[in-house]
Amino acid sequence: MRGANLSPRFWVASTMIVLLVLVAVLGPLVVATGPREVIGGLYDRPSTESLALVLGTDNQGQSVLANLVHGLRTSLLVGLLAGAIATVIGLVLGLIAGFQGGLVDDIINAVTNIALAIPTIVVIILLGVALGSRSSVALAVIIGVTAWPWLARAVRAQSSSIRAREHIEVARLSGARWVSILGWDVLPYLLSYVVMAFVLQCSGAILAEATLSLLGLGPSGSTSIGTMLYWAQVWGSVRVGALWAFLPPTIVLTLISFSLLLLNSAGDELFNPRLRKGRRARRRGRAEGLVTPTVADPVARPGGAAR
Amino acid sequence: MPPLARYLLRRTLWLLVTFLAAMLLVFVLVRLVPGNPVDAIVAQMTRGGGGSGEQVEAIYDNYMREFGLDQPIWQQFLVFVQNVLQGDLGTSFAQYPASVNSMIAQALPWSVAIQLPAIIVGWVVGNALGAIAAFRGGWFDKGAFLGSIFATSVPYYCLAIILLFVVAVRMQALPAGGGYSFGLSPEATLAFFGDAITYFWLPFWSLVVVFIGGQAVGMRSMAIYELGSDYVNYARGLGISDNRITRYIFRNAMLPQLTGLALSIGAMIGGALVTELVFNYPGLGTLLFTAISANDYPVIQAIVLLITIAVLVANFLVDVLNGLIDPRIRAAQGGDR
Repeated sequence: MRGANLSPRFWVASTMIVLLVLVAVLGPLVVATGPREVIGGLYDRPSTESLALVLGTDNQGQSVLANLVHGLRTSLLVGLLAGAIATVIGLVLGLIAGFQGGLVDDIINAVTNIALAIPTIVVIILLGVALGSRSSVALAVIIGVTAWPWLARAVRAQSSSIRAREHIEVARLSGARWVSILGWDVLPYLLSYVVMAFVLQCSGAILAEATLSLLGLGPSGSTSIGTMLYWAQVWGSVRVGALWAFLPPTIVLTLISFSLLLLNSAGDELFNPRLRKGRRARRRGRAEGLVTPTVADPVARPGGAAR
Repeated sequence: MPPLARYLLRRTLWLLVTFLAAMLLVFVLVRLVPGNPVDAIVAQMTRGGGGSGEQVEAIYDNYMREFGLDQPIWQQFLVFVQNVLQGDLGTSFAQYPASVNSMIAQALPWSVAIQLPAIIVGWVVGNALGAIAAFRGGWFDKGAFLGSIFATSVPYYCLAIILLFVVAVRMQALPAGGGYSFGLSPEATLAFFGDAITYFWLPFWSLVVVFIGGQAVGMRSMAIYELGSDYVNYARGLGISDNRITRYIFRNAMLPQLTGLALSIGAMIGGALVTELVFNYPGLGTLLFTAISANDYPVIQAIVLLITIAVLVANFLVDVLNGLIDPRIRAAQGGDR
């Protein structure tokens, strides 16, 4: 990618994401206090006595800062894992359905449409309830296996349009195998789309984890941004004015979501020149090519669980 | 058969198929809960020490009948579907013998009162904002776009928490939680309405702002897409006035937004459930939360079914509306593309 194409929006978004990841990776090492260690009383005010007390304590007398860095780590991991699962399922199903056509396509398409019609939040809640005790990995799997339908549909539409192109015929005639055609001749056309979809899937998964936690279905035994919000909510930290208990997770969650969406929209601009600013660009005709998924695209909008 | 009728028939069939699929899913998932739900609830009740042997047996029989657990699994499913179709959602575990129907009937109006106005206002304002941003371009577009991206990326409940703190706790301008003042009971009087509306504003605004953002972002890119299309260039070439072109663009950009509306309703319900929690609003979200913490499966199942049905019906209505206003859909059904 030529550097000239990268908008300031892209740099702002990636800087924010890199910072968040750094905090999640290094934070727990710097803040030596564990998230479960009791270091004070109920909602102690922030103080500069020690690093762990910079953001005060929560309802159990644990360090908010320690919880925040560990929680960020959990939330990002859940987001990455769930996003990867959803993207792989959606990509594989969509590729096969679109490229193969026929009966396989019909079956996958019917399943996708039904899965798309049923709100994701419903399936996630039911799976969460059924599981009883949930590790954060189990939670990520639940979120991942429910979030793929919109991606499968979008990938299917695009791979079926690529199927008719000439270079696929050439590959077929030269004796390339089915898998190799899919991997080398179809997938590259979808790559920018899939990367952007992965970004959306991650952000959706992180928000889904928080929603679940707030409903009381969060990971048992580990701290996440969602469980922090849950405890802040259940213990009424907003009503007693314990700013430090609810504001940090709220801000961090918003930052994660905002930076990922911003990255997505910057990528959209990058891969989809029509959206670039300036009236001149707009009046040019429709650009041929693949459109990247955005929140804007009704089909590509992660339904259900998020927010 | 006229194309429109054929289209409507297909959509109705699709509604039935998805409804059955959803029922099957809920049925299977609720039975994934480890152990027999009836044994679990009876154990829970006897542990509390309440109830004699006879009472427990009556409770046990009641749930066995309700779930049809003495019958083979496919008949259990039929019993389940039949109960739902008759509008019988069962009996609550945690608040035995309260019927789930009455619990839902109490909570549902509050949820609808918050969500329906929020969806309508957010959709109209968001689309107008997005369209104006696309037409005006320049700094207005930039500001509106960034603002909208930010608004839509704020999780519903995060904005709710911040609004609650700033407006209700710090400024004390509006009540901090609940649906109406203590001592009042829900009734159709002006006094009650005037009281309830003060509790309504915060959850309402926290939903609307986020929803406006999402709709504006969507409408903006649709309108930009239309602005670059051939018919707009042609119309410009003919010297047609900007106002008229704007009307053309708006009509075309509106269609995908209508479809998006159906999808975002589903997304919004999930967010609104948690928003209710933050404000202690006496709607479905709060009911769901208490049901989850008490393992009250019939209530969880009922709420989940209700959400599913609402989303399926919303999708259906939008499809029908699309069929009525979009000639291309009718043409595709008639086979003359």
